[in-house]
Amino acid sequence: MASVTLNVNGKSVTRGVDARTLLVEFLREHMRLTGTHVGCDTTQCGCCTVHVNGEAMKSCTLLAVAVDGATITTIEGLAKGQDLHPMQAAFREHHGLQCGFCTPGMIMSAVDMVRRKGTDLDDKTIREELEGNICRCTGYHNIVKAIHYGAEAMGKTGTAAE
Amino acid sequence: MSGTGIGARVLRKEDFRFITGKGQFTDDVNRYGQAHAVFLRSPHAHAEILGIKLDAARAMPGVIDIFTGDDLAADKIGGLICGWMIHSKDGTPMKAGAHPALAQGKVRYVGDHVAVIIAETQAQARDAMERIVVDYKVLKPGVSMADAVKSGAPVLHEVAPDNTVYNWALGDEAATQAAFAKAAHVTKLDLVNNRLVPNPMEPRAAVGDWDSGQDAFTLYTTSQNPHVARLVLSAFIGIAPEHKLRVIAPDVGGGFGSKIFIYAEETVCVWAAKKIGRPVKWVADRTEAFLSDAHGRDHVTHAEMALDASGKILGLRVKTQANLGAYLSTFSSSVPTYLYAPLLSGQYDIPAIYVEVDGLYTNTAPVDAYRGAGRPEATFVIERMVEVAAREVKQDPAEFRRRNFVRQFPHQTPVIMCYDAGDYDAALTKALEMSDYKNIGARKAESAKKGLLRGIGFSAYIEACGIAPSAAVGSLGAGVGLWESAEVRVNPVGTVEILTGSHSHGQGHETTFAQLVSERLGISIDNVSIVHGDTDKVQMGMGTYGSRSGAVGMSAISKALDKIEAKAKKVAGFVLEASPDDIEFKDGKFSVRGTDKEIDFASVALQAYIAHKFNGQELEPGLKESAFWDPTNFTFPAGVHICELEIDPATGVTRIDRWTAVDDFGNVINPMIVEGQVHGGIAQGVGQALLEGAVYDSSGQLVTASYMDYSMPRAGDLPSYDVGMTQTACPSNPLGIKGCGEAGAIAAPPAVMNAITDAIGHEGIAMPATPLALWRAIQKTAPRAAAE
Repeated sequence: MASVTLNVNGKSVTRGVDARTLLVEFLREHMRLTGTHVGCDTTQCGCCTVHVNGEAMKSCTLLAVAVDGATITTIEGLAKGQDLHPMQAAFREHHGLQCGFCTPGMIMSAVDMVRRKGTDLDDKTIREELEGNICRCTGYHNIVKAIHYGAEAMGKTGTAAE
Repeated sequence: MSGTGIGARVLRKEDFRFITGKGQFTDDVNRYGQAHAVFLRSPHAHAEILGIKLDAARAMPGVIDIFTGDDLAADKIGGLICGWMIHSKDGTPMKAGAHPALAQGKVRYVGDHVAVIIAETQAQARDAMERIVVDYKVLKPGVSMADAVKSGAPVLHEVAPDNTVYNWALGDEAATQAAFAKAAHVTKLDLVNNRLVPNPMEPRAAVGDWDSGQDAFTLYTTSQNPHVARLVLSAFIGIAPEHKLRVIAPDVGGGFGSKIFIYAEETVCVWAAKKIGRPVKWVADRTEAFLSDAHGRDHVTHAEMALDASGKILGLRVKTQANLGAYLSTFSSSVPTYLYAPLLSGQYDIPAIYVEVDGLYTNTAPVDAYRGAGRPEATFVIERMVEVAAREVKQDPAEFRRRNFVRQFPHQTPVIMCYDAGDYDAALTKALEMSDYKNIGARKAESAKKGLLRGIGFSAYIEACGIAPSAAVGSLGAGVGLWESAEVRVNPVGTVEILTGSHSHGQGHETTFAQLVSERLGISIDNVSIVHGDTDKVQMGMGTYGSRSGAVGMSAISKALDKIEAKAKKVAGFVLEASPDDIEFKDGKFSVRGTDKEIDFASVALQAYIAHKFNGQELEPGLKESAFWDPTNFTFPAGVHICELEIDPATGVTRIDRWTAVDDFGNVINPMIVEGQVHGGIAQGVGQALLEGAVYDSSGQLVTASYMDYSMPRAGDLPSYDVGMTQTACPSNPLGIKGCGEAGAIAAPPAVMNAITDAIGHEGIAMPATPLALWRAIQKTAPRAAAE
């Protein structure tokens, strides 16, 4: 057993876990934050993307002990109460999801993309930057659109700098 | 209309939970005291099991129990079934080998289920699995269809000594021969429809639970059709009678056909829950999904088309080998037969068609319906054929199609289907305009200047959806009826719950079904909830596949709403002291014709329940109605997709420059959702044409068993899509809906391949047209463009 302390969505948690516990297992099974999904377990599909110390990472191939002490944001921590994050709102507004399974990872990657690439994102940049997130439902058309407008909204509301 | 009715671009009601991480997928279900199952799978494509040693594994930490096929047999748990009987052309029934949920004596593909290990944690179950010793006698496998039909090929199932499930045929052979005899030109083509892995993003999962006090089971599972799962698990596999088995398919993360079927894992989990007296959870990892989800497509076809001197199609002859894998999956037998051959007439008036299909066993994963199911394979054949025929007789491919279009409806094809409505000219004309076809020559010249090969390809597809009239499919061998059910429950405050047998796993039913109610009852969609996916709530249903939920599922709701309206009029009549015949219902209000007396829908609902204005002999209290809708015909969505692309001959890399889609789905409930369905379908079709392919090596190992090996379409591989619509209402259901879920996946592959072969100037390229395959194809023959 290993002791892991994380700050998850603003709350500090310490758990004793099997040393081989992955970050995604820590979140899903120990904290019951089931919004972070496992789509492939080989760091390809991006369904498990969360923010670790402010950067998007795939939690399915990251040991919880390896990020001991880190600050984690999951999809559950993105909205402020009932107020959606602008990127969440944009996915809804532009029909950027169908089955909803890849969506949390897509949104977490998109927020990270805006922080790295700015709020004025062209389609080519968005498509290239989505290399690590797979969606089987939407054909990406509306995801690209959602991220474009979500980025713009993040700029207007000041969330891009957060 | 309330602004949220039919035709409105309403945002989805289900989105809030998904974008906030509050969806409830099967892997999110955790039952108190649950144990975790993992499956030991065969590493061999074909082997006899001489013995299994479990002692060391049983002694591992956390292990609760381990079961094999013998344990299932001892409990008289039946095998998995195939629910569609196909007869060979000689009249003999298909040769279905036994399909035990856990192997009994033999394994037949890599990934076949050998044992289940149940432990306190998934990690402990995996550790224990490593300690199981299986003594295999490895047999020679028949991996490809060519291998499986060779003389002396290894036999998978004794019931089918030549590995042939059926030799099936459809159409008039003599009439087709006569058509070819008078042909001025015959086009011949060999086509491979590559094998695909469906890959919904949510891997399959199951949680089995058993209530010892009630001796009743609950199964949470990733299913597109929980009632069919319950029926099969109960009536055929023998888990428990239906009233003691509840199946719940909560949020399901995509299906594309692969979650229709009843698999070994959920069968074993629900059975094992009683064996160990605790809930049992299993979640597939992605490689398990690749190995054991039913695959799609996998046809090898030779086709011939007879033309007269003017380019009119006289006849079509098709011979197909269809790979069914190692066992017959739930609906596998129907896919390359009745879901395939009846669509080979395409949008064309073809007087004579004859099709032969051999369904074959191989030592590979079972093959069954994948988005489109048979219809993409048919469309690929007919649309590649017409394109090549047009090229051979030197006609414009668009005009060649137009010359051969069906123009009068209803149109009876020579292969079962009777097309009820359509306007194929209109879609083609619109697509040609949207794609700026008239300037393609200039764009090709521009590309050539840059050293690139530009091509344009058409696909004028038709599909049969809204499956299906029960008696019709019954006569073709289906073991079930394909109606749909609905129940409308109006609460005393006027809110409405719709219980439907359809299942949403991305299609947005919670929104579109509510839009129908909003339109009909004049209430906001916020006052409507859609209940689905639970056999304890919804009495019976047939689920979602074959683009049927709009045409069949919503038609059932519409029929139940008719009854609600009729009953509500009677209630309103008592309240307003008028005959129900004099009550009008419009915009959510009941009024007495010719007066100003009116009452709104919510008040009528309340009156129906308090029942003060009528007595129980005159009218039953309450406002709740149900209906079953059995379709009168298939529906026939059709359209034209045009793909325009550039290939770099130096690298073989293809870039799709523009995609034009014009689809006729009949009446549309929510254009935003319909467009989304088209986008997703095109992406899967482009994936098939350019990227995807399941590859087994000669020993039967699946080489493409992860996302590092199987090329899933990424955002950067795909274009944006230009989507347009034409509309001819479907006369075969009350809403005029045809269905939109599969169109893109059906239309796209031939559009891409017609564009690629246009660009490279010859037909010598198969799907997937990867950069390497294309580069090689370009080297083989000097492209037309360069030679000219």
